[in-house]
Amino acid sequence: MRRILSILLENESGALSRVSGLFSARGYNIESLTVAPTEDNTLSRMTIVTSGSEKVIEQITKQLNKLVDVVKLMDLTDGAHIERELLLVKAVAKDDRREEVKRLVDIFRGRIIDVTSDTYTVELTGNGEKIDAFIVALSVTEIVEVVRSGVSGIARGNRALKL
Amino acid sequence: MELTGADILVRCLQDEGIDYIFGYPGGAALHIYDAIYKQDVVKHVLVRHEQGATHAADGYARATGKPGVVLVTSGPGVTNTVTGIATAYMDSIPMVVLSAQVPTSVIGDDAFQEVDAIGITRPCVKHNFLVKDVKDLAATIKKAFFIASTGRPGPVLVDVPKDITANLCEYNYPESVEMRSYAPVQKGHPKQIGRAAKLLMEARKPIIYSGGGIVMGKAEKELTELVHYLGYPCTNTLMGLGGFPAEDPQFIGMLGMHGTYEANMAMHDCDVMLAVGARFDDRITGDIAKFAPNARIIHIDIDPASIGKVVPVEVPLVGGAAPVLRDLLASLKSLGSKPDVGKTADWWKEINEWRSLKSFEFDRTRSDVIKPQFVVEKLYELTNGEAYVTSDVGQHQMWAAQHYKFSKPLRWINSGGLGTMGFGLPAAIGVKFAHPDADVACITGEASILMCIQELATCKQYDIPVNIINLNNRYLGMVRQWQEFFYERRYSQSYMNALPDFVKMAESYGHKGIQIHDPADVEGALKEAIDDKSSLYFLDFITDQAENVYPMIAGGKGHHEMVLKPEANAEMITKRELA
Ligand SMILES: Cc1ncc(C[n+]2csc(CCOP(=O)(O)OP(=O)(O)O)c2C)c(N)n1
Repeated sequence: MRRILSILLENESGALSRVSGLFSARGYNIESLTVAPTEDNTLSRMTIVTSGSEKVIEQITKQLNKLVDVVKLMDLTDGAHIERELLLVKAVAKDDRREEVKRLVDIFRGRIIDVTSDTYTVELTGNGEKIDAFIVALSVTEIVEVVRSGVSGIARGNRALKL
Repeated sequence: MELTGADILVRCLQDEGIDYIFGYPGGAALHIYDAIYKQDVVKHVLVRHEQGATHAADGYARATGKPGVVLVTSGPGVTNTVTGIATAYMDSIPMVVLSAQVPTSVIGDDAFQEVDAIGITRPCVKHNFLVKDVKDLAATIKKAFFIASTGRPGPVLVDVPKDITANLCEYNYPESVEMRSYAPVQKGHPKQIGRAAKLLMEARKPIIYSGGGIVMGKAEKELTELVHYLGYPCTNTLMGLGGFPAEDPQFIGMLGMHGTYEANMAMHDCDVMLAVGARFDDRITGDIAKFAPNARIIHIDIDPASIGKVVPVEVPLVGGAAPVLRDLLASLKSLGSKPDVGKTADWWKEINEWRSLKSFEFDRTRSDVIKPQFVVEKLYELTNGEAYVTSDVGQHQMWAAQHYKFSKPLRWINSGGLGTMGFGLPAAIGVKFAHPDADVACITGEASILMCIQELATCKQYDIPVNIINLNNRYLGMVRQWQEFFYERRYSQSYMNALPDFVKMAESYGHKGIQIHDPADVEGALKEAIDDKSSLYFLDFITDQAENVYPMIAGGKGHHEMVLKPEANAEMITKRELA
């Protein structure tokens, strides 16, 4: 079961290592983890994508809640939600491939944000599936490097994770 | 008036009501030690190794329920505390460890005696803090005590850089703490309490299984009342001993790997299980796949993460053991009548049959060699069951748990979760500081005792007349037992060669020592040690080398597959199979 957990945690220096340490110590999976301060600079917001049986997910949320730095936690996958990830990718764009890469970027609604005579650097946001699909499609050319931000998420409608 | 950070730290301890701290000085801690020197409200106990400081503070905490306090220097001072911190963490013991740190200006530079105390201890503390500004110091100390001693208790480390202890600030100790991210619940959910009450009333084969949460949660009265009201059998975990009076007819003994036959069989066969302040540790459950197959489980715990972690639970109840048990009893009473005695009569009959096997019995016919169980039994008799008993880890620990019948909480002090050899002697020191007039005995083995033997010097310095009961089998007995059972008697590295002369050793530290070989001398030696209230006695009992701890649930086995004794077991298993 894939789960997206959103966490508000104290913006303290050790907080991130407490969360990541918990996952490694107890052998839980982390698919991705993103974290940055919020509009309230005493709080950070973290999104963790993890997977496991129902029992494991229950333990993960309980163990996270137990951390003194964790202020609030929400399992986004419990309800309707939006997930987004940012992809930055640099690909070879030469000769006949130059046009083709441009077309692919348009189809996926990405943007070319940097160019050289033989490469494009592309920015694309979307859910993981879309990003995976774009990377597969890009195999028409040579990919130089791929940077993925990991998933951020937010609940749909009135549901919100706030104090 | 502005005070230095060091003075503030000591004032915090005074205002927190701390009488003793256990520690060892060093460079980064010198300002703090100077502040300690200038006052005499908080008394500092100088141990001989920082591990000893943590175990002593831990023993103090286990014998009082109040947080134990440790003070150490940076670097090796902190690393030496890790075993003790982890020991306290595994058993949910309230403890505050104050560690000095190199000055903030050089943190991260690999300075002399710098170690990442926060990083090293993170996995084995409830929480830890690095104080970066003297203005935060007092509030951080307050939070540390608050976190350590509320909810599910545990160790909290506060790392204080040396410059912070020199910087000046107004002193103001907060009266209380509010933390938006930490608010443990005490009261149980009323609806769940109602469900639990109903389920308990339906039981035909009930069992009440309680752990360390009763002891640390000071819920022994509530538990006893509930058990008596229901008329159901009660078993304790190793950590829970003393949480229910051992001599009570409804007590069916300790459960788990070396628990009584009746407790383990009842756990296996029960239909309703009420677990309170216990965490379904693997030494308790045996093979999880075979665990209590018919049980509908109610689990009361202050830590939500404990509930449902190991076994599925029908009625989860988050809250403090005492308030929840009180509400549960009220809820039961509101249902009108007590459970029908007739409904559990068959169950009690079965339990009493298991009980009649006397699974803790040992060979009393031998007059040539001291049986270790006999020593514990005599100690129990001679101290009227009132002593505080610490132990180390191994066979002796199990015999202590089996044969010293604890009727009061906070008396049985052992490292259950981490299983730390070396715990017993320093823990006994902490207990003796907490209860100077009580009998304190440390039941140990010749291997364990050597792991913190240096604390005999601490005992001398502070006149700590604890009695050391060394059950000397010249083996890492528990290791040898497993090698006998599971490794075809290949006794790899489990023989204790080149032992010291314990009597001379005790004497060299300024204590008294007796070596005892003859069973006939056991009582006399114990008496002498117990009656002499001013001396530490090291009683070196030369015991039967071949003795094993029975009964036993081997790894991967279920409760019902418990081995009683090599001979008795065959008979019992067939009896069960026939039935
Ligand atoms: C620090 C530590 N190291 C190793 C062990 C593993 N261990 C468990 S029991 C035991 C033997 C203990 O021997 P002793 O203290 O003589 O007690 P006995 O079992 O003989 O009663 C050992 C080595 C442990 N529990 N703790």
